[in-house]
Amino acid sequence: MAVPERAAKTGAGETSQRHTPEWVAAGRELLSPSDVNRTVARIAHQIIEKTALDSGDADAPRVVLMGIPTRGTTLANRLAAKIEEFSGVRPALGSLDITLYRDDLRSRPHRPLERTSVPDGGIENALVVLVDDVLFSGRTVRSALDGLRDLGRPRAVQLAVLIDRGHRELPIRADYVGKNVPTSRAEDISVLLTEHDGHDGVYLHQEAQA
Amino acid sequence: MKHLLTVADLDRGTATELLDEAERFEQALLGREVKKLPTLRGRTVMTVFYENSTRTRVSFEVAGKWMSADVINVSASSSSVSKGESLRDTALTLHAAGADALIVRHPASGAAHQIARWMEQWAREENRAAPSIINAGDGTHQHPTQALLDALTLRQRLGDIEGKRIVLVGDILHSRVARSNVILLNTLGAEVVLVAPRTLLPVGVEAWPCRVATSLDAELPGADAVMMLRVQAERMNGGFFPSAREYSINYGLSERRLGLLGDDAVVLHPGPMLRGMEIASAVADSPKAAVLQQVTNGVHMRMAVLFRLLVGTQEVAA
Repeated sequence: MAVPERAAKTGAGETSQRHTPEWVAAGRELLSPSDVNRTVARIAHQIIEKTALDSGDADAPRVVLMGIPTRGTTLANRLAAKIEEFSGVRPALGSLDITLYRDDLRSRPHRPLERTSVPDGGIENALVVLVDDVLFSGRTVRSALDGLRDLGRPRAVQLAVLIDRGHRELPIRADYVGKNVPTSRAEDISVLLTEHDGHDGVYLHQEAQA
Repeated sequence: MKHLLTVADLDRGTATELLDEAERFEQALLGREVKKLPTLRGRTVMTVFYENSTRTRVSFEVAGKWMSADVINVSASSSSVSKGESLRDTALTLHAAGADALIVRHPASGAAHQIARWMEQWAREENRAAPSIINAGDGTHQHPTQALLDALTLRQRLGDIEGKRIVLVGDILHSRVARSNVILLNTLGAEVVLVAPRTLLPVGVEAWPCRVATSLDAELPGADAVMMLRVQAERMNGGFFPSAREYSINYGLSERRLGLLGDDAVVLHPGPMLRGMEIASAVADSPKAAVLQQVTNGVHMRMAVLFRLLVGTQEVAA
């Protein structure tokens, strides 16, 4: 049964206040477009080194990149392209919407669901690398771990993030970090990616959005 | 959105969002070993059916269970309703027993609206939250989730609904499915045509946003989809047509008529089908028929509706 992808859903993606031009203009640039590109390339190299996915070893685990929508999925796409460019091996790609696993569903307004897709072959016994843009409280990652458990049993799960801004509320850490940014809770981070926002960049704001 | 009582309450944007979310649920569950999402953990959903049902009740129950809600089924025949308990008392009792949502089917048009009104009034007086009411069919009035799952099936089969010609055939008079579909398909930009004997068309049908025709053969070649409706003998108290055989010859979808449809046209039936009456057995089993796809979509559609009504803080009613 063919399920045509809705054109409207593949376009701009999430457009929260955090990504509007006015909001961005009020912030301080942490990463320039070329910084974002270099950082993604470095994480790709680190993933290749740490997972040895190009070793050709029969015992080496199958690597699956699972992006967390919306911008984590975009970052996972970019990482997969870089990894293929550097190592000649293209890792499997998936997308995991964590909305249905959130622990704040009752206290927040209704939010639309994003696309979930599991690569052919699933995640059973694979080395899954979760990919997201910002690591903050760790609750998103916890939800993603819950979601993964329902999809299968990976050999191991690792975490790659573009920005780690601290303030963890759960015992979770990233295996690959693009940039550590010490922030206060009153501050806010926006990650902009060309596919959604027209250009790349990471910005810090003094005041968190309401 | 607090209740789902009629598709007339859905604007095009909301309806499209619900369809999109049903597809997200389908994707989220695709190929999974464990068909269980934690989304409605701790929520209690009760189905209250005063009429028989297979598809609707089962798919609501599956939808609730796949989202980890506790689902309790109450049927009129095996509850205190058969001892004479009123609709209002039954609804209040079920809420007092912990229902966060009541999914109601009732032979009287407007029953779900009435329950929602009672619940809102009671909640105001008690200063508590009212349960969400979902209309799962009220008399000959509305069956919103059926229209939504039909729209989802049409969108999947035809690619889009906008500008498509959908022909509804049969017992329009007694059909809540027809009423819901006419409104929702019109909201979504489709062209709707009704084909039925005069005796099975309701008074005032001219005011509906659709065209009425009497010859099925003439409408089939231009149709993108045909929706066959069951002749609802249980709601009939007189002679609406001379004989079942004559009805079948004039308004049944036979194999010959299937040949009149375009190559990409699709046949829908909300069920239960009476094979040999409104639809020939070979037609019901043909690749053009989307009957089982409708059922599968029904589960995902009802997950989307439960998600929309039961998750998230409710916006203050306007």
